[in-house]
Amino acid sequence: MTGSDDFSFEINGDQLALQGALTLAHLDSLSNRLQTLSTVKVIDLSNLHRMDTAGAWLVHKLAQNNNAEVKGTNSAVAHILDQISHYDRPLAPEPKHVSPLIYTLTGVGKNTVHVWYTIVGLVNFFGALLVSIWHTICHPSRLRLTAIICQMETVGVNALAIVGLMSILVGVVIAQQGAVQLRQFGAEIYSINLVGRLSFRELGVLMTAIMVAGRSGSAFAAQIGSMNLAEEIDAMRIIGVSPMESLVLPRFLASIIMMPLLGFYATIAAVIGGGLLCWTVLDIPPTTFFTRLREVIPYTDVAVGLVKAPIFGALIAIAGCFQGTQVKGNAEQLGYCTTKAVVHSIFLVIVLDAFFAVFFSEIGWV
Amino acid sequence: MSDSDIIQIRGLKNSFGSQVVHDGVDLDVKRGEILGLVGGSGTGKSVLLRSIIGLQQPVAGSIKVLGHEMIGKDPLTMRMVSRHWGVLFQESALFSTLNITENVKVPLREYYPELGDSLLDQIAGYKIAMTDLPEDVGIKFNSELSGGMRKRAGLARALALDPDLLFLDEPTSGLDPVSADAIDALILGLRKMLGLTVFMITHDLDSLYNICDRVAVLADKKVLAVDTVENLTKLDHPWIKRYFNGPRGRAAAESFEARKTGA
Repeated sequence: MTGSDDFSFEINGDQLALQGALTLAHLDSLSNRLQTLSTVKVIDLSNLHRMDTAGAWLVHKLAQNNNAEVKGTNSAVAHILDQISHYDRPLAPEPKHVSPLIYTLTGVGKNTVHVWYTIVGLVNFFGALLVSIWHTICHPSRLRLTAIICQMETVGVNALAIVGLMSILVGVVIAQQGAVQLRQFGAEIYSINLVGRLSFRELGVLMTAIMVAGRSGSAFAAQIGSMNLAEEIDAMRIIGVSPMESLVLPRFLASIIMMPLLGFYATIAAVIGGGLLCWTVLDIPPTTFFTRLREVIPYTDVAVGLVKAPIFGALIAIAGCFQGTQVKGNAEQLGYCTTKAVVHSIFLVIVLDAFFAVFFSEIGWV
Repeated sequence: MSDSDIIQIRGLKNSFGSQVVHDGVDLDVKRGEILGLVGGSGTGKSVLLRSIIGLQQPVAGSIKVLGHEMIGKDPLTMRMVSRHWGVLFQESALFSTLNITENVKVPLREYYPELGDSLLDQIAGYKIAMTDLPEDVGIKFNSELSGGMRKRAGLARALALDPDLLFLDEPTSGLDPVSADAIDALILGLRKMLGLTVFMITHDLDSLYNICDRVAVLADKKVLAVDTVENLTKLDHPWIKRYFNGPRGRAAAESFEARKTGA
């Protein structure tokens, strides 16, 4: 900074003399002293050679509050001081303060209404999807096979590595935790039952559903949402292409087809993971492991897993695509709806899984 | 570098992979002028702007802003220089989680944390007033504003630090002619009041005629010419001819002449 950018001021009775350059950088030295400056009646700017708008604002406010006279203005400083006074107007009022209780209650109320609208919207969406399925059944040539195959690849094939790795680890964890507990009864051999039955009935499909919801449910919402933002969906409607048939149905069918396959694959991976742990830690050879698996796992366990899988797939696709269509306005909404798609689909999957657990027990598939 | 040049670009080269965008760009911006930058789509107008303000690392060349070399600068120099400029991005780039007053206060708070909150509120208030926005805009958020208001609010934030140098990326694009004229008048008014230097990218031929002192033409990876619009129209380059002598160019020229004789 050069010397000409210095700023100082002197108070002489009711006179305030400013010298140098009054800019943002020096504003605090004056603004912090405003209390002591309340007696100033004359502001002398004759030695002030530069002033920015912030400085001019401060001088303007000071002169206005004290009813002070401003003198010694050279042309550059005078112009800016004159201009700035045109922009003096009351500040926008702060929004009214709301008490925390009212705020919480309004929040709960709004969310309840919102949940209701989401449920209605989901049901609506499902209805529209059924209608478009019916149309496609009536005109099978309208089925977009390429799109379905493409979605099957992204939903299923591309998920093989991550789902497999995750399931092997799940199998290892079940076997290991089971062995630790069962060892107390000398019944380590029962960890095979634990791994096998849990994987087939519950965890294989459930963990896959959660992974698919995170991978594909979010992708559905993001893809359809960004197309919505770019008015691509509107363009489709205008051209006469049904977004339901071209976007939602392929994703829906691909999820329904791939979920059982992925779920079964994950189950086998989990069993292999459990088997590996039994072999290495519990010294149960693979032959014993698989012989025992065949003895303890009824075919109904396989059926339980495979019945649930396509329904979970349908749920994930519906929740994801529905949230995609809800995106309006800006990119922030896109992120918000994508998150909601994942949260809703995982929540719905777990709720339905609990229902199925009870249901299958009741019909005797224990 | 002469004292009157606030930006000096020499031999600038920008490339993305094998695609060369600029090769040997030379450009001077004089203190106190409004310089318009024009060029066809994809000629790298925004890339040039981003190079000057340090968001894009050029491959070769030199860019001096306020006498400081911007290529390979250290963060401290960058901070010192960026205190003296304001940038209005194409989509305004207002922070969506802050209201407009808070948006304007962000640069002030960053560079002058010692200033009190009520003073910052007042400063933000008159900056918003300077850009001809109604006072209740201050408590609104970006998503609640129209396109023209966003441009103005973005301009208010760009002016927060009383900059010497203002960068505008298509300030009138996407606006109706009335709002665009108002933005043009606003830029002229601010230049007169604050002695700003303005570097603006624009496709708006009316803006070029009405407020730009000089216009730089970016084509063939270089700055082909920098001159007043009147002189540019006389140049014998196919793209420049088509740009200024097409139906839109002639309409803008006629309305400019009409305004001049009317005034």
